[in-house]
Amino acid sequence: MAVELDVFVGNTTIMDEEVYQLWLDGYTVNDAVKVRMEGGVLEEFEASADVLLSDTMDQYRTFQMCERLLHSPAKLANQLLFQIPPHRQAILIERYYAFDDAFVREVLGKKLSKGTKKDLDDISAKTSVTLKSCRRQFDNFKRVFKVVEELKGPLVENIRQHFLLSDKLARDYAAIVFFANNRFETGKRKLQYLTFQDFAFCAGQLINSWTIGAVDNMVEDMDVDLDKEFLQELKELKILITDKDLLDQHKSLVCTALRGKTKAFNEMEANFKNLSRGLVNIAAKLTNTKDVRDFFIDLVEKFIEPCRSDRWTASDMRLYLTHYTNSAHILDTFKHQVVWDRYMGVIKSCIFKMYHD
Amino acid sequence: MPGKLKAKIVAGRHLPVMDRASDLTDAFVEVKFGNTTFKTDVCPKSLNPQWNSEWFKFEVDDEDLQDEPLQITVLDHDTYSANDAIGKVYIDIDPLLCSEAASVISGWFPIYDTIHGIRGEINVLVKVELFNDLNRFRQSSCGVKFFCTTSIPRCYRAAMVHGFVEELVVNEDPEYQWIDRIRTPRASNEARQRLISLMSGELQRKIGLKVLEMGGNAVVGYLQCFDLEGESGLVVRAIGTACTLDKLSSGSAPNTNTHVHPNTAPASNACNSPSKDGKESPLAHGCRSTHNSPVHSACSSQRLSQNFSVSVPTLIFTGMGSGGSAGKEAGPLKTLLRQQTQTALEQREFPFFTLTSFPPGFLVHVGGVVSARSVKLLDRIHNPDEPETRDAWWEEIRQEIKSHAKALGCHAVVGYSESTSICEEVCILSASGTAAILNPRYMREGCLDIGSTDHRFEEPSPPSCGFCHIPYDELNMPFPAQLTYCYHCRRQKVPDVLFTTIDMPPEAAVTGKGCLIQARLCRLKKKAQGEVNATAISNLLPFMEYELHTQLMNKLKLRSMNALFGLHIQISVGENMLLGLASATGVYLTALPAPGGIQIAGKTPGDLSNEHHILTIQKRINDTITKNKELYQINPPELTEEVVGSPIPEPRQRSRLFRSHSESSDELSELDLSHGKKDAFVLEIDDTDAVEDIHSLLTDAPPPTGFYSCNTEIMPGIYNWTTGVQMFTSVRVFRLSNANLTNQGLNKIFTDLCENLLKSFYFKLRSMIPCCLCHLNFTVAVPEEELIQVAVTAVAMTFDKDQTQEKPADKPVTKGCSETEEQLQFPLELCADSSSITTQTSSKISGVPESTNVSPRAASVDYGSFADRCSTWLELLRLKAHTIRRGSVKTSRRTQSLAHSVSSLERSSPLPEGRSRSLRSNRSFGGSSVPVVKMTPLSFLPGTRIIKYLGIINMFFIRETTSLREEGGVSGFLHSFIAEVFAMVRAHVAALGGNAVVSYSMKECVLMENPNKNQAQCLINVSGDAVICVIETDQESMPSTINVVQTCSSGADGAT
Repeated sequence: MAVELDVFVGNTTIMDEEVYQLWLDGYTVNDAVKVRMEGGVLEEFEASADVLLSDTMDQYRTFQMCERLLHSPAKLANQLLFQIPPHRQAILIERYYAFDDAFVREVLGKKLSKGTKKDLDDISAKTSVTLKSCRRQFDNFKRVFKVVEELKGPLVENIRQHFLLSDKLARDYAAIVFFANNRFETGKRKLQYLTFQDFAFCAGQLINSWTIGAVDNMVEDMDVDLDKEFLQELKELKILITDKDLLDQHKSLVCTALRGKTKAFNEMEANFKNLSRGLVNIAAKLTNTKDVRDFFIDLVEKFIEPCRSDRWTASDMRLYLTHYTNSAHILDTFKHQVVWDRYMGVIKSCIFKMYHD
Repeated sequence: MPGKLKAKIVAGRHLPVMDRASDLTDAFVEVKFGNTTFKTDVCPKSLNPQWNSEWFKFEVDDEDLQDEPLQITVLDHDTYSANDAIGKVYIDIDPLLCSEAASVISGWFPIYDTIHGIRGEINVLVKVELFNDLNRFRQSSCGVKFFCTTSIPRCYRAAMVHGFVEELVVNEDPEYQWIDRIRTPRASNEARQRLISLMSGELQRKIGLKVLEMGGNAVVGYLQCFDLEGESGLVVRAIGTACTLDKLSSGSAPNTNTHVHPNTAPASNACNSPSKDGKESPLAHGCRSTHNSPVHSACSSQRLSQNFSVSVPTLIFTGMGSGGSAGKEAGPLKTLLRQQTQTALEQREFPFFTLTSFPPGFLVHVGGVVSARSVKLLDRIHNPDEPETRDAWWEEIRQEIKSHAKALGCHAVVGYSESTSICEEVCILSASGTAAILNPRYMREGCLDIGSTDHRFEEPSPPSCGFCHIPYDELNMPFPAQLTYCYHCRRQKVPDVLFTTIDMPPEAAVTGKGCLIQARLCRLKKKAQGEVNATAISNLLPFMEYELHTQLMNKLKLRSMNALFGLHIQISVGENMLLGLASATGVYLTALPAPGGIQIAGKTPGDLSNEHHILTIQKRINDTITKNKELYQINPPELTEEVVGSPIPEPRQRSRLFRSHSESSDELSELDLSHGKKDAFVLEIDDTDAVEDIHSLLTDAPPPTGFYSCNTEIMPGIYNWTTGVQMFTSVRVFRLSNANLTNQGLNKIFTDLCENLLKSFYFKLRSMIPCCLCHLNFTVAVPEEELIQVAVTAVAMTFDKDQTQEKPADKPVTKGCSETEEQLQFPLELCADSSSITTQTSSKISGVPESTNVSPRAASVDYGSFADRCSTWLELLRLKAHTIRRGSVKTSRRTQSLAHSVSSLERSSPLPEGRSRSLRSNRSFGGSSVPVVKMTPLSFLPGTRIIKYLGIINMFFIRETTSLREEGGVSGFLHSFIAEVFAMVRAHVAALGGNAVVSYSMKECVLMENPNKNQAQCLINVSGDAVICVIETDQESMPSTINVVQTCSSGADGAT
């Protein structure tokens, strides 16, 4: 004796947000029913477990049928199969494309290839995000990546228009696409303390200032690839550390400005040359793809870690970097002010964001 | 060449990938009508092709326009091999043939394939140019409007109601043709879809012709059904009510002069001399005597049921006789004499109305439910390809219904419907309706006794109770009923319980709220073949009806209610069992006496433990009744009544309801089981079955807080609907285990199945609270030996909780009254041929009906079938117990009469000012590119006003799969199919320019599965009325008040 068939179809498609989330999270129907029972829906509504199972099954089927449409969200708005009010459509899409920070942190900067997809079960085990959910998130990344790869115009705007996502989520996807494209290393132990949001912020900075899009907004991949010319020009900054006079002059200018303003002054003074070399070397090496990938690890190793071991506070860091950047302008023989600003603007805000525990 | 059909193929979108190599499709379109086909160019390598074709023109007969659908096929061009079909769209042209409906069909249609489902969409434009030539011999009936709605459509006024129309067409089922062995499933499905589409068109055209002959211009309450008989054929049949409708001009006051006098209404050609003089009255007596003898005895005894078919000729005589007079008993003989010459009148030989809701004042009295069933063998049809045999079957059934109505002293049957249940070669035909007397104003020359009854209260009969007053003669009652004076007007007698198949009249006074009441029953039967099987089924039917009735009665009492509306009883036959499901909406009619409690009695009074047991049950029952009274807010002013005392000193009576079928009524008086002062309905526990039954009685869970449910259009007692609407369809199939099941076990399973379904609905729709599930329509079937299938379509509607307690009192009462008056302009076409009136007095018992016309029918009874009729509400009523309570309550009467006038208004404009706020917010979703189409099984959408009816939607789809597992099993398969059907209905409505479907129903949902072969097939038939509705605003309701008042005065003119 068993219910062989059980369906419920509404003219307006009925969707429960809680069940949708469980589905997105990759729960099986039975697990979802358990979660819902624990959530107390039953007591609220004097229903039996059978009722809950039947409802969950119906909703899961609906979501499965919708999934195809969610892959190209624009279709959801003009398909005829499901009558879904627009605000619900927006929720469906936004939730479908939402991701777990723990998961994205694992794949950030990795190539979105079949190889990575094979590792998803490890990631699933590590992050305790279900494999099903991992696959969905990974496929979402890949899908967005593929679509925007071939589009002209600003990255965030493209993502927002093609996938009908909110501004915030579109920016996050832009970061994911940007990281995947440039294959930034994010998985090293030393970078583990950084959250996805830290990286996403940095990606936004890089996209805005260092890509081709920052100078020309009608090129393909304009927001995904770094501006090669700019990277070349960065080599010129080496003069700041190779020219002894310039280095000393720079140091004295910075120290004059900092004196008496911070407890860490002695450490700053002692470490100035090291730190400056670190930052300028990073700039000079960015023409190598390999070094681009190590950009974040270099920042941490060459700059953030030394400062942290000297117990700089966040405001020390702010103070130091501001004066470090500005003082370069006063150097008479330093001619690369524009490149310096373009470089240090991004470096400054990235380090501010990354300088935490 | 009276019509030119033009079609233009604009574009496609979301097409499937047909070429794996390029991931693209080279699509083109074939447009076919009749035998003419046009093609578009191929639009290469695109999933969103733009064809922008020329106008394809078809020059065709209007007959074809009515029968044929426009067939659009999307194909993928293939240079080297055959072109692959992507899918099809069938477009019904009918809405374009009526000047008042849609003028163009334009929009995106889902491209449907019977194997793959929806595959993309296509944008199409269709127009029709009709050349009028009215004088030719017409085969077409273009321009006749069809409505599924079972009330007068909202923006029309009925100038004339002509009466019953029916038609039936038969064809060979393509699935059973020899060619089906060699063609693909797709071809077979498409052949079937196309055939049914053609047959529906033909059926509609033929019914339209009948309507035109009768002088009408519309069919209301159009009910079309399919019988998949299998080998013997595929039957499409339809019934409806022919009317002459006048469009009320919306917004401004209508020109009332155009329809001042009902008798001058354009359609009078069918009633040449609408005589309304008194000549018919003597005949009325004759009539009565007829029904007293053969009919009455036949239906009052079920044991005679087998013989009953023998008596059919006599019945045909009485029945055929009344042809021509829609609803008058006076008519039988006069028409008899006429019938050889006037075949046209045959259509009106049945005074039946498929309407379930009437303008106030139209329905005078309601007698009770009449029903008839008959078991037939399909393999005994001599000429399966011809409709004659089936026509004869239905004719018999209708005659029986009619005679039952007569036995109840009624001249008409309202809320009439017909259905079938087929299993292999056995077919159960069923018909049911409510015997009624319609407004005497328009049938003044009705039967004498009825007429005289009417006269007594013609003026003051309050609409809030008048329909409850008994139509039959008190001294010559068709069954032993307990009558009391009406609790509302105290002038007329009313029965203690009233069962009907119609919606509750909007003006009826009710106490508290109503609720859904269901009786469910399973009966095992032995597997058998042919006649043995048919006999077995015939023998079971009366018992099932009886038990269903008992259950309904008990459940009604348990809820402390006294009337059922919208009663629908379905008996479904399977190989080894019969399923019975009765659904109705119970209410407490203020006019009827309060129901007594339920008294439990033991068979052996001496047994102590037993007695204790009984006491426990009794307590539970009493508690439940008390709880239900609270739940449904039933607080009739009963205490006052008892103080005042009863004006009719009659001994209180009580009786018991016996479990067994035997009528051992002599025991009755021996036991005094009265329960306090109240007279009780006695349940006797004589065996374990009875205990089970009582338990099941008590296990029916009430809906959770915030929910109400009913199977009528709206919930009695709720008036303030808001605009939240959610229509849904749910299907469940239950597989029984192989274990030897008892009837009791089956009953429990079946009851649980239905109860769980309801619980599921409440849970799913919990976000809509406070809300009411309206028009809950359950359909049961036994698709295979061990399967029970229940399909439900209903709508959940939200209402404003704060105002549920009282009917809105801020309405001007005059408006309510005037509305009533306006709608009274609703004359029946009762006018019979005057010549026959003069002659009919002469012969009453004539042998004429035994003439050639009748004999084939009689013969068919002999060879064809095992007829069994369990009509027998009468029989059942006879066994029923009663409660008498009476007393005058002057104080309450005033408030109630105020209430009823308001409620009638509520009904006609369900959403008064200030309640449309949430609709606007709903509407804001309309910004998306797909227009929102609302669907409802009701005849209206709360908060909106229907401004235009665009035509009937009647669609039939087949879906088949050979990859059942991949599609998510049967559930996944059916889920997507139902969603696809909804999508196609919405697309067609939107293309007609509409934004809603009203009176939507799923007539058929036949699912066949074979999980072992990974296959399944499903057929779905849906119908409804496409409409344009607008949000009701305050300004719009003002002018309608004015025009209502104007028509009121003219209506009075017309009546004189």
